[in-house]
Amino acid sequence: MIPTLIGVSIIIFFLFAAMPGDYFDSFMRLNPSRLAELKALYGLDKPVVSRYFIWISGVLSGNLGFSLKYQEPVTTLLNKYMWNSFIVAILSLIFTWTIALVVGVASAVKQNTWFDRLITVGVFVAMSFPSFFLGLLMIKFFAVDLNILPIGGMIDTGSTSTGLTYVLEVGKHMILPVSLLTLLSIGSLTRYFRSGMIDVLKMDFIRTARAKGLKEKTVIFKHALRNAILPAITLLAFELPGLFSGAIITEQIFNWPGIGRIQLEAVNTRDYPVLMSFTLLLATLTILGNLLADVLYAYADPRIRLK
Amino acid sequence: MLFKNKLETKTSSLWKQNLRHFKKNKFALGGFFFIVFMLLFSFVGPLVSPYLPDKLDALMINTPPNFTHWMGTDQLGRDILTRLMFGGRISLTIGIASMTLSVIIGTIMGAISGFYGGIIDNIIMRFADILMSIPSLPLLIILSALMSEWKIPQQYRLYIVMLMLSLVGWPGLARLIRGQILSLKEQSFMDAAEVLGLSDRTKIFSHLIPNTIPLLIVIATLGVAGAILTESALSFLGLGVTPPTASWGNMIDAANSFMDFQKRPWLWIPPGAALLLTVISINLMGDGLRDALDPKMRR
Repeated sequence: MIPTLIGVSIIIFFLFAAMPGDYFDSFMRLNPSRLAELKALYGLDKPVVSRYFIWISGVLSGNLGFSLKYQEPVTTLLNKYMWNSFIVAILSLIFTWTIALVVGVASAVKQNTWFDRLITVGVFVAMSFPSFFLGLLMIKFFAVDLNILPIGGMIDTGSTSTGLTYVLEVGKHMILPVSLLTLLSIGSLTRYFRSGMIDVLKMDFIRTARAKGLKEKTVIFKHALRNAILPAITLLAFELPGLFSGAIITEQIFNWPGIGRIQLEAVNTRDYPVLMSFTLLLATLTILGNLLADVLYAYADPRIRLK
Repeated sequence: MLFKNKLETKTSSLWKQNLRHFKKNKFALGGFFFIVFMLLFSFVGPLVSPYLPDKLDALMINTPPNFTHWMGTDQLGRDILTRLMFGGRISLTIGIASMTLSVIIGTIMGAISGFYGGIIDNIIMRFADILMSIPSLPLLIILSALMSEWKIPQQYRLYIVMLMLSLVGWPGLARLIRGQILSLKEQSFMDAAEVLGLSDRTKIFSHLIPNTIPLLIVIATLGVAGAILTESALSFLGLGVTPPTASWGNMIDAANSFMDFQKRPWLWIPPGAALLLTVISINLMGDGLRDALDPKMRR
């Protein structure tokens, strides 16, 4: 895990070091001596290898660098926007899992009925939708044609509301992004629950339970369901980085002030300290998520632990 | 000789069996035919179309769909239908080419890693782990930024995008193939190969990799869909294939201007719909292939 992280940090750093220009090069009007002065101030004139060690030792001591565009520490910046992304991500996660679980299990139980076929087709459509196209269609339909939901942003323009009205206002702006994210991720998860449930329903202990004369409800909800959702907890651990990463495309389309948009903006303004530290943070979260998945799986399934 | 003949008839009948299974799946077959249609549409269509993709027509700006321009024209008077065909060329080529490259790299890396084990395995897999732990969209965005910084000429961006997509795509594939090779290695036909004194190369390329082909076909098919989606997302953000080269992604980019978005849906809905239908078809076909090729999935 630690070597992987070191490798990740090296790759990220040298990708950025390979960029021929930096933030200050974007300002055409700076005279050469001032440019050199500014570069020296931010340590951009040092050799690449020593810049790597300066960066990485900073990261280890909790200093993620300094955003050149926003003129504030990257940690402050991330902290400001990450929670906007987090709240959308966590809501859509809850919706996705609840709906996928219910629909997946129902369609497994009613396998090969018209309901099941409808769900199967729906799953394919959901899995194949390009995120930005679906988002645009949603805006066109709900915000422009029907005009019942806001087009984008987090609050109305010039709004000064506080308290409950503020919460309601933000909530209204969240409906479209949250449903977009939910729709995008619901397909594969529903499929996962459906096939998991079908596999479990074929097992011998289910036949035993039915042979004992248990009610079908008990068989499905007590015996089958538990075994079907068990492997899914590892998937939940893989969602960890997604909670903080921000949805770049969704945030871009709905103009949501989250971390994904900051990333795109940082690319456009060459604000590389932000991008470097944030990408490293995401990679760390991904690795932690994988570790958590392993631990959870061993906890949930004792058979794994024997190895 | 006799033995060889027997083997051949057996494999061909297995493939026939698989084909029969695939044909029975109406969704998968429908997907297959749609993809064939889309390939014809994008590669043969432009030959039939009376318009050129970059031909400007100042008198026909922003016309809605009509009989001369079936899908209307854009702000420069270019025919949308023709651009859609050329965009399809780019999107399909990128999807297929980048997946082919990922499959080649991933299979070779995975096979070598699984076959030799030990330190080689460790190095390849750690490298794959590193690439896999960086979230792919941010990584692709950074790579695209790098591409822009180095002032890669617009007509070469296409190839760089392919390379980028396969760079992100191969580690997952390598891991899958490695797992397959690890279990195949333990089977008795590999003992036979050992006894025959075959070289490592023959073992890997003639005995181990062919056994992973069913899995590879499925993964590659589904991977093409993923690559097409990623390319379109990058192009939509202005980071992939850039205008004037048309790709479905950068055609949808028209929706970023509010007037076009609201008043001229014919600019961005056709490429979006083409993208959606193509990806659905590929996914349906991939799923059908999985059912046909994987005996464990058969009901």
